[in-house]
Amino acid sequence: MALLRRVRGRLLTFLAVLGPGFITAMVDNDAGGIFTYSEAGARWGYVPLWTLLPITLLLVVNQEMCSRMGAVTGKGLSDLIREEFGLRMTVIVMGLLLVVNFTNIAANFAGVAGAMELLPVSRYVSVPLGALLVWVLVVKGTYQSVEKVFLAASVFYVAYVISAILVEPDWGAALSSAVRPALLADRSYIAVLVGLVGTSVAPWMQFYLQAAIVEKGIGSTHYRDTRIEVIAGCVMMAAVAFFIIVACAGAIWEQEPRPIASAAEAAEALQPLGAYAYALFAGGLLCASLFAASILPLSTAYTVCEGLGLESGVDHDFAEAPSFYWMYTLLIALGAGVVLIPDFPIVPMILLSQVLNGVLLPVVMIIVLKLVNRKDLMHQWTNGPLYNLIAWAAVVLLIGLSVALAVFSVLPGSSGGSVPSLP
Amino acid sequence: MHGHLAMESARTEFPRLVYLTELTGLRLIGPHGARIGRVREAAVFPREHPQRISRYLFGGGRTKFAIRWEQIRTIGEDGIHLSDENFAPYYGDDYHLLLTKDLLDQQIIDVNGRKVVRVNDLALRITENGNEQLWVHEVGVGMQGAFRRLTEGILPNRTIRAIQDRLPPNSIPWEACNIVEPDPQRRLRLLISHDRLEGIHPADLADIVEELGSEEREALFETLDEEVAAETLEEVRSTLKTSILRSLDSGRAADILEEMDPAEAADALARLDEIEREEIVRDMEPEPADEVSELLEYEDDTAAGMMGTRHLAQPSDATVGDIIENLRGEDSQLKRLTHVFLVQPDGRLVASVPFGRLAVAMPETPAISLAYRETVRVSMDAAAEEVVELFDKYNLYALPVVDEDGSLQGAITADDVIGMLIPEPDRGL
Repeated sequence: MALLRRVRGRLLTFLAVLGPGFITAMVDNDAGGIFTYSEAGARWGYVPLWTLLPITLLLVVNQEMCSRMGAVTGKGLSDLIREEFGLRMTVIVMGLLLVVNFTNIAANFAGVAGAMELLPVSRYVSVPLGALLVWVLVVKGTYQSVEKVFLAASVFYVAYVISAILVEPDWGAALSSAVRPALLADRSYIAVLVGLVGTSVAPWMQFYLQAAIVEKGIGSTHYRDTRIEVIAGCVMMAAVAFFIIVACAGAIWEQEPRPIASAAEAAEALQPLGAYAYALFAGGLLCASLFAASILPLSTAYTVCEGLGLESGVDHDFAEAPSFYWMYTLLIALGAGVVLIPDFPIVPMILLSQVLNGVLLPVVMIIVLKLVNRKDLMHQWTNGPLYNLIAWAAVVLLIGLSVALAVFSVLPGSSGGSVPSLP
Repeated sequence: MHGHLAMESARTEFPRLVYLTELTGLRLIGPHGARIGRVREAAVFPREHPQRISRYLFGGGRTKFAIRWEQIRTIGEDGIHLSDENFAPYYGDDYHLLLTKDLLDQQIIDVNGRKVVRVNDLALRITENGNEQLWVHEVGVGMQGAFRRLTEGILPNRTIRAIQDRLPPNSIPWEACNIVEPDPQRRLRLLISHDRLEGIHPADLADIVEELGSEEREALFETLDEEVAAETLEEVRSTLKTSILRSLDSGRAADILEEMDPAEAADALARLDEIEREEIVRDMEPEPADEVSELLEYEDDTAAGMMGTRHLAQPSDATVGDIIENLRGEDSQLKRLTHVFLVQPDGRLVASVPFGRLAVAMPETPAISLAYRETVRVSMDAAAEEVVELFDKYNLYALPVVDEDGSLQGAITADDVIGMLIPEPDRGL
């Protein structure tokens, strides 16, 4: 009886902390991510699967540090940057974050357009509707209800698992590739690897996760459950990525390896294998895009307002937090609007965003590592020496990859393998 | 306030207000015109004077030097003119409040505006009193201060001033600023107290508490008067209640919980682990501890879980005068209750009487004659929905809760129902 109660107690505390880590990891698999995975699978089959293990480790290290900081200090990352690095640094980081996130938002509305056009529904219908849906959800709801909707939406990622199974890929090859590192001296292969790592760790995640942990009021004494949740979220994210790569490897690469131009094209390629695989893949893309298109503007507006000391948060109303709501509204309106402008140079814009992302990520990571090792902030919860070694190695690796990704993005004639181009 | 009051003076002189961003970087000039260095930091020594800048620090790297306020002759746009060149190395002093390090970009509480703000800049007033001194005047928290900070060192000071005057000002007088210092020793040394916060309404104080970081939050709950802390804790959103209770030592947590309504105290404890909860309850006085433990036994979504136990039970044969007499001095329990419940000697509920009727009746009137004809009651295991329906149907303000024998166990107030119906106003992302 006592044991039962204890198990139930543990389960309840775990469910109580469920949310931030899961949501962050899931949103990470947005339209851009799905495209990158599809591209990797379509072009190189099962070969790039081995990157998922190190990517998971990277992601865990990154996310765990931020959630720990949130739990121990009770402050958001933008607050801490403001307090420890001053206003000027805060404004620079917030400015970059705003630009990077804006292009991400646009990319996800493009994902909505692409998925709906398969149905076919014109983007002039689907995108404004999607934008309205996302806007109403946050403006009319409380954060708790919003979080519940998001958690429920995470379930839709199962679509990828099912569509991968329907494709009937070579599971043996997939599993053995997952643990066998393979480096090929091919520029487009390297670009795919860089793209895989680059899309998996994004600066907005660190801000969002830490803020969400603070909101949950998770203290340092009960951080353990949160750590498990964060790690579980990262593993789930990698699992979804695994199934997307496998689905595209089975459906496209096994027929004929080729590059694809968009995630929607990947879905189309699944069509000969059955209507379900196709519909599930397209549906997954739609959900992921909508999901990210709602979290990203929210997280951006919140982070920026918080860092600059402006009123922010879903539970204030328009009059109380005008900057927050205006920024949120504009991000959605402009992000969706850009997709609707005929011949808008959206691909160069996304290339620019990749470059800025490459600049911002190392900056944020170094800031995080400096903060998390501060005794006066973190007390006994600073990183251990081994943890620091892994984290710094990850920083160096990420900086290298980010620079490489940025270079690949701007280099003329590159395959653009890491860039989610648009339907 | 940002005028150019002193501009007419012949000497190149600052307007009466100098900003901290201008002060840091200002040249220190010796009596014979020697350039000694540039101001890097300014410190107030609260035990000596609450506003005056007591030390001006200069020198880079590891060795800092300090100049005392008495050594300054004049303060002008060209620099700070000193009367001598004696300065001592500065190794830091816990009794000093460093304006840049301790205040810039940090959260402080605006006591007048009742909210948490972040410091962008400080305005210092030149005060003439034997020599020229700088007194902290107000704290800039708006666009003006932010603009100064961003352009400092990039644009000339005069240009910054010209542009900033067009931006909306937003500043807080120094007297209304409350610094939250987590370190108790430093709090004593800097004479920081949170007394002024105790005048803020608990609901506003709860909003303030929610904005702060965990250490600052803990500091407030350790220093606030127990009663204020209790009322504030009642208003804080429930996820934070748990982490606040965890951060306090169990004795302090127990003291605060004793001041709370037992039902609220039980709510606050509900999310703690059993071990943590027991530790705190053990440190409480036996009577409130029993009340709270009993309430903790009930499920949240039943009548028993919603009820409070500080109801007012009175003998069923009492007169109005008796009841008023019995209630004298029980003010702490009265503020939420709108009804008196009449019970038999064995505790069984007989009737409920609204306070208003008692107040206007003659003292010798038997209380029972003022009761509602029918007494709406609910059993302890009734579902929360049923409670809500009863409140709605009978337009209740208070609902007595009885056990199987019909004996009075507690009462649910309209406030409890509203609290349950409205989803918690979580600040949310």
